[in-house]
Amino acid sequence: MSRNLSEKQKSRIRLGLVVLSVVLIGLGIMQGEPATVFNKAANICLECIGIG
Amino acid sequence: MKKKSGVFRHWVQAAWFALTNGYVSGYLQGKIFTGKSKTICVPGLNCYSCPGALYACPIGSLQAVLDSGSFKLSCYVFGMLTAFGTFLGRFICGWLCPFGFVQDMLNKIPLKKKAKNMPGDRYLRYLKYVVLVLFVLILPYFAKGDLAGTPWFCKWICPSGTLLGGIPLVIGNEGVRSATGILFRWKLWVLIAIVWLSVKYSRPFCKYLCPLGALYGIFNPISFYRLKVDETACVKCGGCQKVCPMDVKTWETPNSAECIRCGKCMDACPKGAITTSARELWGKKSGLEEAQ
Repeated sequence: MSRNLSEKQKSRIRLGLVVLSVVLIGLGIMQGEPATVFNKAANICLECIGIG
Repeated sequence: MKKKSGVFRHWVQAAWFALTNGYVSGYLQGKIFTGKSKTICVPGLNCYSCPGALYACPIGSLQAVLDSGSFKLSCYVFGMLTAFGTFLGRFICGWLCPFGFVQDMLNKIPLKKKAKNMPGDRYLRYLKYVVLVLFVLILPYFAKGDLAGTPWFCKWICPSGTLLGGIPLVIGNEGVRSATGILFRWKLWVLIAIVWLSVKYSRPFCKYLCPLGALYGIFNPISFYRLKVDETACVKCGGCQKVCPMDVKTWETPNSAECIRCGKCMDACPKGAITTSARELWGKKSGLEEAQ
C-alpha cells in the first residue's frame, strides 16, 4: 500500500503523525498519565520480574 | 568494511544501554532508580525494574495506564510511541533495544548450526501482533475483578524483564529472592527458551513475539528514517536478503514491517544500491555545501 503513496503523501502523513504525537502527549499530561507511569516505574514491578 | 559497520552498531547498542541503564548503585544495592526521569519512556524494550534503568519501559507503561482504570486511552504513552515510530520505525529494534542487543550477541556464539528462521516462520511472524493486541491492549484494559491491574505481557511473557530486572534483583535483594515462586520459574523457562533459540536463530523474539517490534513495524513504510533502493543500480542478486537477520527481500520491500534497519544489506550490496533517507539527506546537504 505504502508503495502506491507518493513522497508528498508520505510527507503529509509523517507531519500529521508528528502533530498527533504532540497532541496525544499533551492530552496525556493534562490527564495526569505521567504520574501513573512514574508510580509504576519508580516501584519494583513484581509482575514484571516474575514475583507478583 | 562489512565488519566495521557491524561493530559500530554494536558499540551504539552498548552505549545506549549504558546511557539508559546507568544507575550503578541499583546493581550494587539490589534496588531501583526512583528519579523523575522515570516518567519518560525509552524507545526500546527496557524493563523499568532493571536496577540500572533511568527511564520507563513503553510496553510496561502502556499496560500500567490501561489497567489503572482511570483513562480511556493511554494518550501519553501512545503519543511517545507514535513519535518514536514516526521518526525511527524499527531502527529502534536494530540499534536502541537492549534485548535486541542481547539476541545479537547470543547469535554470535558458535555453538550449533545456525538457521535464520524457525520452522513455521511464515505463520509465526503474525504471533507478535496477537501478543500486542491480546496481552498488551485487550487483557490489561478489559480484565476485571482479581485479574484487573495485571500487566499481562510483562507478567507472563517478557524475557527482558526477567533478564534485566528479575535476575539482578533476585541476586541483589534478599526480600525479592525470598519471594520467588512458580511465576519466577515460569519466566525463567521462557527466558531460557528464548536464549537457546537466539543462539540458533536470528532475533527470534523480535520476529515472533515482540509487541513493540510489531507496533514500530507499522511505521516502517512512512517513518522519517527509511531504506531506499536505487532500482536502476540493483541487479536483484539477493545478496541483501542473504545477510538480513530478519530475512527481508530488501530489493522488493526495503521498508517491510520486519526490517530492523541494521544496515547489513547496505554493506552486502555489490552495487551500492541501498541507502537510507538519512544518508541521502546528508549527501544532498554536503553536495549543496560543495556547490557553494
